[in-house]
Amino acid sequence: MSLVRRHPVLASFALSLLVLIGIGAAVLHFEHPGRLPARPPGAEVNATTQTITRGEYLARAGDCVACHSVPNGREFAGGREMPTPFGSLFAPNITPDDDTGIGRWNADDFYRMMHTGVSRDGSLLYPAMPFASYTRITRADSDALFGYLQSVTPVSQQNRPHELKFPFNDRDLLIGWRTLYFREGTYQPDPHESAQWNRGAYLVQGLGHCAMCHSAINALGGSSESAQFEGGMIPNQNWYAPSLTSNREAGLGDWPVQEIADLLQTGASHRATTYGPMAEVVYDSLQYVTDEDALAMAVYLKALPQHEPSAPPNPQARLVEPSALALGRTTYVAQCAMCHGDDGKGQAPAYPPLAGNRSITMRTPVNPIRVVLNGGYAPGTYKNPRPYGMPPFSHILSDDEVAAVVTYVRTAWGNAGTPVTAAEANDLRKLLPE
Amino acid sequence: MLLAAATCMPRPAAAQSDATPSFKTLDSIDARVQGCVTCHGHSGEGTASGYFPRIAGKPSGYLYNQLAAFRDGTRKYPPMNYLVATLPDAYLREIADHFAQEAPPFGSPQGANAGATVLLRGKTLAMVGDSATGVPACVACHGAGLTGMQPAIPGLVGLRSNYIVAQLTSWRVGNRHAIAPDCMRRIASRLTDADVGAVAAWLSQQQPPKKSEPGSADLERMPLACGSQGQAER
Repeated sequence: MSLVRRHPVLASFALSLLVLIGIGAAVLHFEHPGRLPARPPGAEVNATTQTITRGEYLARAGDCVACHSVPNGREFAGGREMPTPFGSLFAPNITPDDDTGIGRWNADDFYRMMHTGVSRDGSLLYPAMPFASYTRITRADSDALFGYLQSVTPVSQQNRPHELKFPFNDRDLLIGWRTLYFREGTYQPDPHESAQWNRGAYLVQGLGHCAMCHSAINALGGSSESAQFEGGMIPNQNWYAPSLTSNREAGLGDWPVQEIADLLQTGASHRATTYGPMAEVVYDSLQYVTDEDALAMAVYLKALPQHEPSAPPNPQARLVEPSALALGRTTYVAQCAMCHGDDGKGQAPAYPPLAGNRSITMRTPVNPIRVVLNGGYAPGTYKNPRPYGMPPFSHILSDDEVAAVVTYVRTAWGNAGTPVTAAEANDLRKLLPE
Repeated sequence: MLLAAATCMPRPAAAQSDATPSFKTLDSIDARVQGCVTCHGHSGEGTASGYFPRIAGKPSGYLYNQLAAFRDGTRKYPPMNYLVATLPDAYLREIADHFAQEAPPFGSPQGANAGATVLLRGKTLAMVGDSATGVPACVACHGAGLTGMQPAIPGLVGLRSNYIVAQLTSWRVGNRHAIAPDCMRRIASRLTDADVGAVAAWLSQQQPPKKSEPGSADLERMPLACGSQGQAER
């Protein structure tokens, strides 16, 4: 006080200095958080923290957030509409709110739900919840997931009732579905395979629930085990999830393992790029898996038995009308060659190659037509935060031109795809991108 | 020969043609935003295809807000929602900064598309507003030259009337929202169909001023509170 009265200028200078030092310390703290010890040296993370952290990682690998949150909404509070051929399902609130979420569940309830598809109140879950995959998860992993979900902020948000058409609104029908398509059982490691292969199998078959899209869904909303990973149209999304067991599609038999891991974790590789639903899976889930887990998944996927061992040898260009081929070539040179090259080799991983790219040539032309119409960006990930993108051409090219240019890239450079019709292009043009 | 065939095809005027992808350096933001060019032009100048707006030179905060809203689904236009669905914030900022810094020439304004009475009503709304219904003048926030205001109010000059009508209408019916408090919702709900058509017709005929950068945020007091202006600051 006396200092202030006697030396007001000095006092204010000292005060300013203190403020400046304070600001400096704050700036240092926020600019260089890594330089300050995060916790006192020697302290160890306790078992609970370890479990919750592992549960968070598993929740990422299982992509829980994609269905159990609405875009821009509270994480895990549910409400996302899942349109199906049978009506709309609404994912429930899985935050630990006592009244509207899973706050009153215990680890046994949670494991029973994950392992058997039976909810805490005894009702049968619809298979939009991938319990047919999650049944493979170990009890320890289920407990870690449960521990993590109990640790997030509870959100009070009532579940929205499903809006299913008769007769699918009767849950008793699920007894029949379960008899046909559900096999309960924790993943059993194959002693003849490596630990890495087994880890990959556990992730792909279990948490990753890859079969939900990469197996054809039949008219009963089920997929048989024998057709696992053989590919199929994704219901209501109008994208085709390619077969993982065919070298004519996304079969990975001749890919280097690192390229597969890159595609999964980064969203773009030297051989292919993810768009649409797979880009979302990479963005929400796979970019967060460790390098080891990405490699393990790649090792398992590469080793999947290939049902069609090699691509058909003959280019199909002879099937194409000469006039359509000319139009396709002209369109390609004008619109596509700048990025994908006259030789179709692209500039990977920025602009994917089209020559020898099986997502271009596979039997169903839905994906290449959609990408020409709507363009697409690879997902922005930790390893590829500034992805490249392709513009839409739906407003520039006619149905004939779209069909011609897709036919061209499916048959040029020795590609073994088949021609595409203007009607196919028109069908997809009428659908809005999702 | 093929190249010759392609280049011989008739092309619309350079300023607002349908752009085909082209860039100089692969590892550049220019090459990365090729996904935008067929609709918005190489430098964000817009294209001859009727609807797509000019984005060049709009404040970065405005462009970022729109990209984030398209990604999160709070602004709905399926082709945009799909394209930016999996792009992280930092990259959307970079894309917004890129187009905010572009300054390609403006295309010619649209020709007269409405009668003199309608245009007069449009001009009055834009320059003076309507005190009877509580509609402030466009220029009060979007700037005397209609070139917008930092950090998040877009320029209106260079937009076509069909785009302006579509945006004002979707605000009126509650399909487009801005960050609360949503000033444009308050304004659009006070406009009639005829007002929307009139102000869009007049705006689409305006010549850009020589200096087309957005105005500075601290020069004007805004007549209505707008959430976007506060939220866009970094």
